[in-house]
Amino acid sequence: MTTSATPPLDEVLGSFEHDRSRLLDILLALQRRLGQLDDATIDGVAAGLGLPRVDVASVVSFYSFLGGQRRGRVVIRLCNDVPDLLMGADRVAAGLEEELGIRFGETTPDGRFTLEHASCIGMSDQAPAALINDVVVPNLGQGAARRLVREIRANPDAKDLRRLLVREYGDGQNAHALVRAAVKNNLRHAGEVVFAEREANAGLAKALAMSPAEVIREVKTARLRGRGGAGFPTGLKWEFTRAATSDQRYLICNADEGEPGTFKDRVVLTERPDLLFEGMTIAGYALGASKGILYLRGEYAYLLEYLEHVLAWRRAHGLLGRRVYGRPGFDFDIRIQLGAGAYVCGEETALIASAEGLRGDPKNRPPFPAQRGYLGQPTSVNNVETLCCVARILEMGSGWFASLGSRKSTGTKLLSISGDCTQRGVYELPLGTRLAAVLEQCGAEEARAVLVGGPSGRMVGEADFDRELCFDDLSTGGALVVFDGSRDLLEIASSYLDFFIHESCGYCTPCRVGNVLLKERLDRIRAGRGEAADLDYLQGLGETIRTASRCGLGQTSPNPVLSTLSAFRPLYEARLTRSTAGLQPGFDLGASLAEAGARVGARSLHFETVRDLR
Amino acid sequence: MTDGTIPLTVDGRPIEARPGQTILEAAEAAGIYIPRLCWLQGLSPSGSCRVCTVRVNGRPQAACTQPAAPGMVVENDTEELRALRRDLIDMLFVEGNHFCMFCEKSGNCELQALAYRFGITAPKYPFLFPQRELDATHPDLLIDRNRCILCGRCARASRELDGKALFGFTGRGPNRRLAVGAAAGLGATAADAADRAMAACPTGALLAKRVGYAVPVGRRRYDQAPIGSEVARPAGGE
Repeated sequence: MTTSATPPLDEVLGSFEHDRSRLLDILLALQRRLGQLDDATIDGVAAGLGLPRVDVASVVSFYSFLGGQRRGRVVIRLCNDVPDLLMGADRVAAGLEEELGIRFGETTPDGRFTLEHASCIGMSDQAPAALINDVVVPNLGQGAARRLVREIRANPDAKDLRRLLVREYGDGQNAHALVRAAVKNNLRHAGEVVFAEREANAGLAKALAMSPAEVIREVKTARLRGRGGAGFPTGLKWEFTRAATSDQRYLICNADEGEPGTFKDRVVLTERPDLLFEGMTIAGYALGASKGILYLRGEYAYLLEYLEHVLAWRRAHGLLGRRVYGRPGFDFDIRIQLGAGAYVCGEETALIASAEGLRGDPKNRPPFPAQRGYLGQPTSVNNVETLCCVARILEMGSGWFASLGSRKSTGTKLLSISGDCTQRGVYELPLGTRLAAVLEQCGAEEARAVLVGGPSGRMVGEADFDRELCFDDLSTGGALVVFDGSRDLLEIASSYLDFFIHESCGYCTPCRVGNVLLKERLDRIRAGRGEAADLDYLQGLGETIRTASRCGLGQTSPNPVLSTLSAFRPLYEARLTRSTAGLQPGFDLGASLAEAGARVGARSLHFETVRDLR
Repeated sequence: MTDGTIPLTVDGRPIEARPGQTILEAAEAAGIYIPRLCWLQGLSPSGSCRVCTVRVNGRPQAACTQPAAPGMVVENDTEELRALRRDLIDMLFVEGNHFCMFCEKSGNCELQALAYRFGITAPKYPFLFPQRELDATHPDLLIDRNRCILCGRCARASRELDGKALFGFTGRGPNRRLAVGAAAGLGATAADAADRAMAACPTGALLAKRVGYAVPVGRRRYDQAPIGSEVARPAGGE
């Protein structure tokens, strides 16, 4: 094994001071430099960091953006999330394959292009969308996609893909010199909390004049609950973290929004990074943490330079670093951890593992992160939107915040709305708003079904449109995907199962195996070969996965099936077949004979007869 | 609690746990068998197979990772949980390629023994027939990933008992696979037939070469007594 200590390897390892906990950054940097992480590189990294070789290989194989296969200099990742498919991503895919002469998963012979699919890249309101390296290309049509490829081909020496690919900048800070993205904010409704006009750093100033315990009490009095989806009371989480004995605590902001159909944090990161960093700093003060980490999903790498710039500005103005805002004894700084394409890393223990440079397998609880989190120290993981609310609560007071929304669900909620409606985008609305009112506001007159909370949430029908979006009724991390009457909800459920199968870490049995089985049976029903007993089978299997899975991903993964089975059962029943001619409909005799025939190189005498029976 | 023990009940039977014990360990010590595959005495628990799922005050938890706490009401041997465990064992069968009648581990295999215990004669789920790699590069050892249930016992034993860290996992979801510490295969690692990792495998995924039938089928461990009988004692018995 010649691990020829290549210069890039030494350089990259050196720049991270051979720190094992920065393994993900090291591998991302090497992937960028070398185009692949081959066996020799893995050996070299393992030797350089003193890690077991299998651990490095394990991390490389886990993340979509890393890998041993040589990728082209230009990697095109077309988003294949449901809203993209509704808007014609399949046509774009066909156009790209034809233009490049390769299939998905392949690289052109000249090593120029690699074509891949990506799970939701956070652009559902401007779908179909793709990432070309770090550059987002939204609103793609077949013609536009082909033109972009030809453009890259015609400019082989182009150093700056953004300049080449982005014709028109999006609104707001998307046009900032360090962003230069074609992405649009589509902020349709600014509410009173996150997107309201405000006095910058007033919340931080007030917090630093209080004791940390008083800050936590303020957040508790505001009855703030986590905005990522689980709805855990933020003040309580902080109290647990602060109560754990340690001289080092951590705050991590979860900006890994990967729930398909969610993109609200992207708009916050673009337009309100200062508010977020202010909230993180307040949280750091309340927790007694001197270090914060913003875990930014790899798909949002185009915002990295801009966010680093905002952090640098805050450092230069005494808002981060030693003695924050002149407060003696309070040192706090933030680093950005870039993800590498893995939905499960949005789960807080997986996110911590990933930030530590490990595979994004969720960890066993207990211990909870509040007791033993990042690098074994007490850690609070909070959502982007939650931390923005914190800054505003400190600025305006808990009474003000608690007066917004409903009694048990205070404040506003950011909603990411996509699918079959005219006004796709981000809405900041008071918690407790009726779903029907939201649908009216976004121009979804034809809505027949809404996926509330993304695929890990639930599909609801018109009978539920009168319900309220809040923690005690229809609870949601914010994704609403709207479907009109022309959509095939079973096809959509199947597509979301593909997503969960692709994004499962594979650690526990029910999630790893169960979803493959769930999809097999659902697809059998879709193909017209299902029988009545299959509906009980789906229900039972789905409940086993929900009950036995280890983390939130697995526990919610059967929801696309379970919730459509509950709200749209007639759609399933309409696809069922009665047994004909004494055959089990679930068994495709023709296909089995054809397969057997292909293997032995001879055709069954019964083949024609059987085909007629079907 | 004054004597430092933690009182809880398992299926209505009062037991006492020592501080730091998990539900599974406390039950084990009290002579109550909680079925499991990825757990092995002497290794840290992993909570991956989920076969030891119990209900704690109504909530599903892995007994092997959940610490015992005062007053816990644990359900273990209920119809619901037996059905759940059957489903999980079933999944592990259809996910791999398990041909018990040709397997050297037959009779000593925990997966097979659990299937018998749960009355599984044929899986209710369809076989997935995956393509998986064999690794015969080591002179004394064989890896047959067709029989691997991804329990991670070898990986933990290698780290925690052998001090070697030769095993781990690559890939994710249904593509998660057992991996070894060298690109060229197990033969290029420091693996040794005497490693505790080899003995930790509950199935026939890790095998020593040339000793497969030293003990004839019919006289093997689970041919004598069903799995779990080594643990279970009637209530009140010592």
